[in-house]
Amino acid sequence: MSAPEEARVPEKRPRNREYTLVSVFFVLIFVSLIGYLVYFNTFVSDDFINSPYNTRQDTFSDRVVRGSILSEDGYVLAQTTVYVDGTEQRTYPYANMFAHVVGYDSHGKSGLESEANFSLLSSHTFFIDQMKNEFYGRKNPGDNVVTSLNVTLQSTAYNALGSRRGAVIVLEPKTGRILAMVSKPDFDPNTIASDWDALVQDGNNSSLLNRATNGAYPPGSTFKLVTALDYFRQKGTLEGYSYLCEGIITEEDHTIHCYNETAHGAETLYSAFANSCNCAFADIGIRLGGASLRKTAEELLFNRKLPFDSYKKSTFSLTGNSPVPLVMQTAIGQGNTLVSPAHMALIACAAANGGVVMRPTLIDEIRNADGDLVKKTKPVSYARLFSNNEANLLGKLMQGVVENGTATALLGRGYTAAGKTGSAEFDENGSSHSWFIGYRNVEDPEIAVAVIVENGGTGSEAAVPIAGMIFDAYGMLQ
Amino acid sequence: MLNLTVELSKYVILTLMVVYTFYCFYLVRRQSREDQAESLNKQILLIVLMDTTALAVVFLKTRKMEVIVFYCLMMAYFALLLLLYRVLYKKASMLLLNNMCMLQSIGFIMLCRLHMESALRQLLISAGGGVLALLIPFLIRKMRFLRRLAWLYAAVGILMLGAVLVLARTSYGAKLSLLGMQPSEVIKITFVFFMASYLCREVTLKRIIIATAIAALHVVILVISRDLGSALIFFITYLFMIYVITRQFRYLLLGTAGGAAASVAAYFLFGHVRQRVSAWRDPLAVYENEGYQIVQSLFAIGTGGWFGMGLCQGSPEKIPVVRNDLIFSAICEELGGIFAICLILVCMSFFLMIVNISLKIKNPFYKLIALGLGTEYAFQVFLTIGGVTKFIPLTGVTLPLVSYGGTSVISTMIMVSIIQGLYILREEEDEEIERLRRDAIQRAREREQARTGKESVRSRRSARP
Repeated sequence: MSAPEEARVPEKRPRNREYTLVSVFFVLIFVSLIGYLVYFNTFVSDDFINSPYNTRQDTFSDRVVRGSILSEDGYVLAQTTVYVDGTEQRTYPYANMFAHVVGYDSHGKSGLESEANFSLLSSHTFFIDQMKNEFYGRKNPGDNVVTSLNVTLQSTAYNALGSRRGAVIVLEPKTGRILAMVSKPDFDPNTIASDWDALVQDGNNSSLLNRATNGAYPPGSTFKLVTALDYFRQKGTLEGYSYLCEGIITEEDHTIHCYNETAHGAETLYSAFANSCNCAFADIGIRLGGASLRKTAEELLFNRKLPFDSYKKSTFSLTGNSPVPLVMQTAIGQGNTLVSPAHMALIACAAANGGVVMRPTLIDEIRNADGDLVKKTKPVSYARLFSNNEANLLGKLMQGVVENGTATALLGRGYTAAGKTGSAEFDENGSSHSWFIGYRNVEDPEIAVAVIVENGGTGSEAAVPIAGMIFDAYGMLQ
Repeated sequence: MLNLTVELSKYVILTLMVVYTFYCFYLVRRQSREDQAESLNKQILLIVLMDTTALAVVFLKTRKMEVIVFYCLMMAYFALLLLLYRVLYKKASMLLLNNMCMLQSIGFIMLCRLHMESALRQLLISAGGGVLALLIPFLIRKMRFLRRLAWLYAAVGILMLGAVLVLARTSYGAKLSLLGMQPSEVIKITFVFFMASYLCREVTLKRIIIATAIAALHVVILVISRDLGSALIFFITYLFMIYVITRQFRYLLLGTAGGAAASVAAYFLFGHVRQRVSAWRDPLAVYENEGYQIVQSLFAIGTGGWFGMGLCQGSPEKIPVVRNDLIFSAICEELGGIFAICLILVCMSFFLMIVNISLKIKNPFYKLIALGLGTEYAFQVFLTIGGVTKFIPLTGVTLPLVSYGGTSVISTMIMVSIIQGLYILREEEDEEIERLRRDAIQRAREREQARTGKESVRSRRSARP
């Protein structure tokens, strides 16, 4: 009786093999969809929900009291007070000092108030407490954001800059934690609502602009790091270079001179770097050519996206066809190049950290209102800018600047340091912004800084002393 | 208090969905008819409970009487559909029917919460679709000549798509609709009918080339109309049908290579393709322009997390085209990631059910139709869900039965009822075979008995001395 069925089976199997394969294929597709959704919710979604474009969480404020922002050393940088009648007020105990980095929460949001908005408006208190609050129609307390900012370093930088315009950023090269970020002129986030119109209309000061991350300055001689690196990448060594500086160099009717037209005499690349000799670096620039400089600059994230969309991109305009005068100007950090202090600080970080830039972070931890840990930030590397060898070499050049160059003011303070000064000319009269980028403790770099003082003169005059105060303050903390 | 209710309802809805999904896969197991019927009834109960909870929440949050009216109409629709199917087609696949109701339920809940008018319109159209769904299995049985109309299907498909290209107005950057309809949704069905009828009897190289040309014409018109999603669905369906017909793996590889080359060419030829890709690679970088939609979608999915914000607690209205192509994001935001995973599993079970039916059919024409329609369904689900989650570039197709959209609902319901029709045919075929076999056995036994009877008589005779 089973004979006809048996005869059918072998005929049926091969015919259906393709159908089975198609269904297996689509089952895999469905499974991959689920897998991706799980992956997105676990790893990717934070990047999106914390985006400042995301205005969704603003509706959370109906049900959550905005959490506090705290410093690394436990001080309150921003908090919300709820009055008896239910009205809420956001206050900033340090007023102007953390204005840009902590930001404001009125007329839109900025700084950490924007970046950590999702966490500040999410509540991770014990779920029974949450249910109790829901039951009584009370708001739940939002999570607190513990930043990497240090009040001592921030106030040192803030006071050192004084009434001058400029920016300071301090990071740990090994972790990317930002310890201080100052921008001047500033504003008081406590009174931003009433000051808003005046701040927005005041085009001269742009007080709301965070100059540390979004300023666009010519890099001045700090750019010589890039030129020196490109020389090394082309020639394989820095040893062969020699130059006789007469204080002035003219190519194709274009003249560049050293600061005060000082003739530095016979120089190696090391001494030219330490002296910040414009003539020698203009000469190097011509030898390297625009195309090569561009390649190296772009590998150092010029014209590239920086770790955060909110950071201004640095621009670099040289190409293989650029005229010689522009190449000379660009090689010494003038020309059309524009950078932010944050970008220069990242280059200093890479030099201090064996060539690797860690992703800069401002948030150490998210804790719920009871102080329990919700989330901890782990250091992750963002990009490798130099090889280990190149990082050592740049470190050596920068040590030379402190030991016998333009930053000798950092000597004899009980620690070693390395860095590069810059005087970025910004008008025809030769007025310049004062730059310093560098790091403390050459043997085992602890912190890296970028300092710019607008119209501050040479690097040695304004920026180096500020960096010195920050390095000193860091020493006192330990 | 209200917040607490909404918060709790979220977990209730999720639990109902998880249990429902469990039954989808549990029911595939072989079991007795009674057990199966019981599980199917449990599924229906779960759907009713979910709809009731969800719409109660929507009502509590909005305080609109329309919600209650809508709830009653929706329940009447499901009750009638389920009841009439049981009366008219005892042999239909009730699991497929349940899944259709579940997917529609999820769509109704979201639409009711997003835009009441759309929800009502969707319900009205579904009722129309329901009438078709009740007629089609009957027609399938009667219209045996369907397999001989290959050229009619091809002509209708190409003419209608061509008409859209020439006459339609552009919406969301693509030419889709004609007189308020989206012909490409309907052409999906005629296309499968064309492929199946043209290639079900004889497969020669010439026929394959002609079928390829016709398929290519469909795809090219759709690409020019900028309806990339549909173009891809047609292409993939063509590819898998050719593979199944020829049983040659190399066609699949050849087609995949050709498709990849065509995609690269399209990327360089068409600005709108490049836009989709740039929005997929780094949507935040192009947030102001082409990235806006996908970023809003990801904000919604991310904000919803695993458990969702709860119905009426999120802001899905911020997502452009949320009722149509991006309804999955709204579901993720308010009902949560786990619910969304269950939804994907229900879609998968829906697809597996279709393939399972196609596996068992013996008539090659019907077999191919079931497979083609199943492929279209599965790939469309992949395109829309993959697109809104940024797994693949967003192409803008609907989530069948869940998304708002008249043509989409009608054509999917037609598709499902065609498959029901095929399933019923097969069941009857099985019964026929079973009956024939029983008869044959019966006859054989009678003959045997007759023979042994004679023999025993003979032996008894011979035994007698």
